[in-house]
Amino acid sequence: MNTKIIGRYLGTLLMLEAVFLIPPTLISLFNGETKAFIGLILTIPLALGIGLLLRILCRRYIHTLYTKDGLVLVACSWIALSLFGALPFAISGEIPNYIDSFFEVVSGFTTTGASILKDVESMSRGLLFWRSFTHWLGGMGILVFLMALEPSQKGNSFTLHVMRAESPGPSVSKLVPRIGLTAKLLYSIYMTMTLACIFFLLLGGMPLFDSICIAFGTAGTGGFGIRNDSMASYSPYLQTVVTIFMALFGVNFAVYHLLLRRPRAALKDEEVRLYFIIMLASIGIITLNILPQIGSLGQSLHQAAFHVSSIMTTTGFAISDYNLWPPLSHGILLLLMVLGACAGSTGGGIKTARLLLLYKSMRAGIKRMLHPRSVQVITLNGKAVDPSILHGLSVYFSAYIFILVLSFLIVSMDGFSVVTNFSAVLSCLNNIGPGLDVVGPAGNFSAFSIPSKLVLTLDMLLGRLEIFPLLALLNPELYRAKNK
Amino acid sequence: MKIIIVGDGKIGFALTERLAKDGHDVVVIDRDPRVLEECQQAADVMAIQGNGASMDVLKEAGIANAELLIAATSSDEINILCCIMAGKLSKVHTIARVRSPEYSKQLNFLKDEMGLSMTFSPEFETAMEISTLLQFPSFLKRDRFANGRVEIVEIKIPKGSVLCDQPLSKLYELIKVRVLVCAVERDNTAYIPSGSFTLHENDNIYVTAGSKYLTQLIKNLGLMRERIKQVMIIGGSRSAFYLASQLIGAGVGVTIIEQSTERCNELAALLPKANVIEGDGSRRNVLDEEGISTADALVTLTNLDEENLIIALSAVQKGVPKVIAKVNRTEYIDTFRNLGVDTFINPKQLSCARVVRYVRAMGNTSGGSVQALHYIVGGRAEALEFVVSRSTRNRGVPLADMQIRDNILIASISRGSHTIIPSGIDSFNIGDTVVVVTLAENVILDLNEIFA
Repeated sequence: MNTKIIGRYLGTLLMLEAVFLIPPTLISLFNGETKAFIGLILTIPLALGIGLLLRILCRRYIHTLYTKDGLVLVACSWIALSLFGALPFAISGEIPNYIDSFFEVVSGFTTTGASILKDVESMSRGLLFWRSFTHWLGGMGILVFLMALEPSQKGNSFTLHVMRAESPGPSVSKLVPRIGLTAKLLYSIYMTMTLACIFFLLLGGMPLFDSICIAFGTAGTGGFGIRNDSMASYSPYLQTVVTIFMALFGVNFAVYHLLLRRPRAALKDEEVRLYFIIMLASIGIITLNILPQIGSLGQSLHQAAFHVSSIMTTTGFAISDYNLWPPLSHGILLLLMVLGACAGSTGGGIKTARLLLLYKSMRAGIKRMLHPRSVQVITLNGKAVDPSILHGLSVYFSAYIFILVLSFLIVSMDGFSVVTNFSAVLSCLNNIGPGLDVVGPAGNFSAFSIPSKLVLTLDMLLGRLEIFPLLALLNPELYRAKNK
Repeated sequence: MKIIIVGDGKIGFALTERLAKDGHDVVVIDRDPRVLEECQQAADVMAIQGNGASMDVLKEAGIANAELLIAATSSDEINILCCIMAGKLSKVHTIARVRSPEYSKQLNFLKDEMGLSMTFSPEFETAMEISTLLQFPSFLKRDRFANGRVEIVEIKIPKGSVLCDQPLSKLYELIKVRVLVCAVERDNTAYIPSGSFTLHENDNIYVTAGSKYLTQLIKNLGLMRERIKQVMIIGGSRSAFYLASQLIGAGVGVTIIEQSTERCNELAALLPKANVIEGDGSRRNVLDEEGISTADALVTLTNLDEENLIIALSAVQKGVPKVIAKVNRTEYIDTFRNLGVDTFINPKQLSCARVVRYVRAMGNTSGGSVQALHYIVGGRAEALEFVVSRSTRNRGVPLADMQIRDNILIASISRGSHTIIPSGIDSFNIGDTVVVVTLAENVILDLNEIFA
């Protein structure tokens, strides 16, 4: 393992995090929030100092990152960023327990949006901003951000596997030949859309601070609100803006790039088509299902659209308590939780692309049973999918189910209902935020015991990084090798 | 520069790695996803799966904005088609690998009428390289610069040579010819030596000399060998055909040993003067029977590296004076060098160097651009040729006063018809052809980049 280069990048990332902590610090200073300011301002030199130390310790490094180094780098950087990102909450005393702070910030970076806070409105603005900002950073990925910063010419050691390890989806490819430029393009699309979202929210009369925080939560498909009732007390216009932007941020960003260059091919993208079909179908069914309960068709459609968009893109905003909806709607929402958004978006879940490939391989498998000699090639957007990707898919599912079951068993020890436990684990593993019952949109995660919180924190990281980077850390082979 | 490479075989891969490292935006097109995966791991490039001669695929690869397309698939026809398509779709430079001897006579037609910018054939270049080496068997490698006026040759310092344990500053005293040692290979490492560098036995030295002085150099070094009159070629590949026709043209006797009856018949028809033998060149009794003991040189050109190396090794042990082995994978060259086989030809590297030379020349049309590029010391160092132009800095400044970057050496300056092996008092004038030797880590695209 190339420890030095991993250490070096970790150092750079921590220093970068210190820079990201500056805006919330200024906000807390501006609002005269002493405790939050102390928490934030103390974290900056700490992250900066340790980052610098790591960089100095790892001065002499070899410029190659192999696949396993890439996986380890991604896993370590997310853990390190969260460990430091949790400090402001703990130091300021706004979340007294460090484990809770860690849960909260991991929930932020992984764009889960699950919170242990009972009263969000009592938090200081500086820390609320930091909470939402972590969503935005975690959405596209922090290493991808670093790649965008790196000069894309000679000597760029980032290779595709780092991007693959951090970006969600079964197969990640570049938009342009240079990885640095690809990262820059992704971030410019991301930034433009975020700005558009802020603009439309401001247009609806939302205060600037609120619109920035909500836009961050929407863009990263995170779902941290800044009010106790999430999005319920905002106007229907604002809720509709968020509905549309959530759905847009759940689309593969590569498709947006393609849309500018070859719009026809972009509109034919199979995954995006399926994504919208599922979304519209779910909205339709839920609207009809909740119509008798709510009464007006417009209101039913509004609520159904908001929650389907929120749950399917794994954002987790809410405008009403869907705990009260009929079981069919619950069932659909639960399934959408598992499914998640498109690959290459900021959303979580198992991704529409995986569902599509899974369905296609199932169909091919059935056909092969009837005609054992038939040759089946699985295609996506008219191109053959490499068998290694299909193999990776089944490995992913096995790992996913294994982790789901294990977490469920551990969390079940806390004594809540099966629905609570199951939806809590699902919600964390798929980076959604709220679940059902106790952890529903009106509830929160504060009641869980510390071991359960740690398990759920781990689930969030596993879900965001799509399992393998973190599992790579557990491989004893990495530690046995002579470190050079 | 934006470059599209079609076909990611041995040469395509080597080019991809090299050009991406030089800072170009490279898009690779190939049919095999596994190959693409590997090349994306190795270099910062984009990969597209598909047929490079298909218009959709070319458009997807961004042919509209590309400046250069290199077609290096295994099929000549696809390469040519691909270049024609690309040329019609946009104003790109196109380079095709065309290796079949049947097309070799229509290369000019392809360039002039079909609009191809350049063609290359690894097999033909291999044959050319081997035949220059056979001219002077003491040299392990010869690279020509400045229209053949200057050469860089590789020589192995034998045991007991006058050069052993002598510093380079005493070179002229020892061999009485104006030459310059511009690179040394020792223990698989390349050195750009200074005057105090001491040579050892078994060092491979790269010497710059005017072409006229080569004979004298060999004589004064005590290396003179007899002219080669009889060459045995193992393997009847395309390169074997090109080589044999060149050698026969120069009046050298050629024996080709080839396993396939069909290929033997073809070769016998094409090369009536050659002695074509049907047999397994890796079998000792075949070699003995066909007179390996009387051959002046043996060249192994089969498609298998292992076979080439083993046959070469056994020929060295049989006492064949000059043995040349073709290898595609360079990893094991050092091992075989220690066992006594000293001359290797790597077709991939030869072609790669030619294309990179073209790319570098394209990237710099402002003058001072690379005229020629040769890889030396197994690709660990490069020798580059430049022409001094108006934009060149430090013209007229004596070399001793120039601030030149580390690990860069001025190997020669050619002015008019004569060549200067430079010392501290020489300087650059407009129109001079300058050869610069540098370690491969330094990417030099312009003569001005050598200055510190």
